Amino acid sequence: MNHDAYPDNYIRSILNSVKSIAMVGASPVNVRPSYFAFKYLAQRGYDMIPVNPGHVGKDLLGKPFVASLRDIGRPVDMIDIFRNSSHIMPIVDEALALDPLPKVIWMQLGARDDAAAEKAEAAGIKVVMNRCPKIEYGRLSSEISWMGVNSRTLSSKRPPAPTQGMRLSLNRMSVGGGETAASDRAAKNKSEQS
Amino acid sequence: MSDRLPGFSTLAVHAGAQPDPTTGARATPIYQTTSFVFNDADHAASLFGLQAFGNIYTRIGNPTNAVLEERVAALEGGTAALAVASGHAAQVVVLQQLLQPGDEFIAARKLYGGSINQFAHAFKSFGWNVVWADPDDVASFERAVTPRTKAIFIESIANPAGSITDIEAISTVARKAGMPLIVDNTLASPYLIRPIDHGADIVVHSLTKFLGGHGNSLGGIIVDAGTFDWSTGGKYPMLSEPRPEYHGIRLQETFGNFAFAIACRVLGLRDLGPALSPFNAFMILTGIETLPLRMQKHCDNAKAVAEFLAGHSAVSAVNYAGLASDKYNQLARKYAPKGAGAVFTFSLKGGYDAGVNLVSKLQLFSHLANVGDTRSLVIHPASTTHSQLDDAAKIKSGAGPDVVRLSVGIEDKEDLIADLEQALST
Ligand SMILES: Cc1ncc(COP(=O)(O)O)c(C=O)c1O
Repeated sequence: MNHDAYPDNYIRSILNSVKSIAMVGASPVNVRPSYFAFKYLAQRGYDMIPVNPGHVGKDLLGKPFVASLRDIGRPVDMIDIFRNSSHIMPIVDEALALDPLPKVIWMQLGARDDAAAEKAEAAGIKVVMNRCPKIEYGRLSSEISWMGVNSRTLSSKRPPAPTQGMRLSLNRMSVGGGETAASDRAAKNKSEQS
Repeated sequence: MSDRLPGFSTLAVHAGAQPDPTTGARATPIYQTTSFVFNDADHAASLFGLQAFGNIYTRIGNPTNAVLEERVAALEGGTAALAVASGHAAQVVVLQQLLQPGDEFIAARKLYGGSINQFAHAFKSFGWNVVWADPDDVASFERAVTPRTKAIFIESIANPAGSITDIEAISTVARKAGMPLIVDNTLASPYLIRPIDHGADIVVHSLTKFLGGHGNSLGGIIVDAGTFDWSTGGKYPMLSEPRPEYHGIRLQETFGNFAFAIACRVLGLRDLGPALSPFNAFMILTGIETLPLRMQKHCDNAKAVAEFLAGHSAVSAVNYAGLASDKYNQLARKYAPKGAGAVFTFSLKGGYDAGVNLVSKLQLFSHLANVGDTRSLVIHPASTTHSQLDDAAKIKSGAGPDVVRLSVGIEDKEDLIADLEQALST
């Protein structure tokens, strides 16, 4: 997989297929990005599991924290890692020890570890780096358009009237939308420098 | 579903817009409302805390304006945009995110006169210090960089003389100095030039001009290219530091490659207040649907008019980058191959009096202070917009006593030339 620019269909197929998401580094502090993403994904119907050893015994929006991936005790479809690039490898190693393996390992905005990605992909796991699943869900459903964001999708179809907490269609694309090649290039240059 | 990328004209019609889910309305509805009902208290809190996507109050965002924002972001190849009340409002909001009192920014000396005033006087009272550089001398930007410099500001095609700026060369200076390049793309529109493709980090527009295109609505917009890393060195605290207005959120960390557009919305527009009316957004959106058709006609007409003037005995000089003989023709071929825009100046052998006489004799060209209308426009800067300057200062800013500026419209070019012909010969 080219991790500099993902085709929409790759992201779409991941967000359409996974049901359970373990979020490593989920924070109960309601101004942290992980809290935003956790809450949003839970509202969109994903089965969310907060993983953070510092908060075991508490819960996040009604879901009990677990200390590590091992402690989840049931299969999970996707691991969403909210940690810096330097902490990715041990978490990927831990994910690779799970049975069954997760289908997807997702690293949050700003996080990228190409060696860890390669290792996971060699085990048949799909990898996304330096993206936020909340932003991608909002983009592909065009919900993020409320904030003037280029969703890079177009549609001439009438969407269903939204109701609270509904799962949104991510398949609204009839053709691709506007590209943001300059931003992708800048991210690539940054990752090559670091 | 395919990975086919749509062309510019398709984006001009479709980007950002979809049929209304409730009514099926195909044109974008005008959401002429100040505020939006929350689902419940938790939803309200999520929206105020920037945790959920949605509408609160039209000073912060509006669904009609959002379509305009996504449309222009797509046309410019940016990650997000923010529409505001005017081009000038866009400039204030952008710089408020980048500068603290005592900071500097470098601006090209060749700019719209109103921008020169805004930078030199209004911004000075905020403690934002402009340092001027010469867009024809890239090294002058490099020399102007100091430890307090936070940004560089240029126009792609500069008002009033239609000169073309070497965006790539100046973007190299900005990148080396670790600061964003802001490009005012008003006179080119993304149909002619997409500054982000040439290294711009932020694009601003007066939507009042070619994007709206019909001389009926003021508006401005800010496009985030998603290219600049705001997190380094604490140089841009509005983006990199925890914001007390939002209980400690860090915008770059939370919003990634569209954090700048969000900062402009939630720290700039929310607190400074220059919101765009949804009605104006609707008018401008309708204008943008025909941007490619209009802009081509504007350019083709402008070239024909410039060629006519260049051959006229009453005219001493024509500054139009689309003419092969022009100083900026090389840059025009590189940056704006479809056309060099429709705003340019020319000089009359008869000086000041000939300029005054010309504007009074023209029958189709309207004498007014605007550009980028369907109608052809004319102004004699020395007796109007620049009348407060002395002659030396007038000449330096390209508005000498003998200079006339045109904004060529989309009428039949034969009629425009006939009008100029009769006015020049009487
Ligand atoms: C190049 C340029 N930038 C900015 C502006 C300011 O825009 P507004 O009048 O919408 O505030 C103008 C207006 O003439 C302009 O020509």
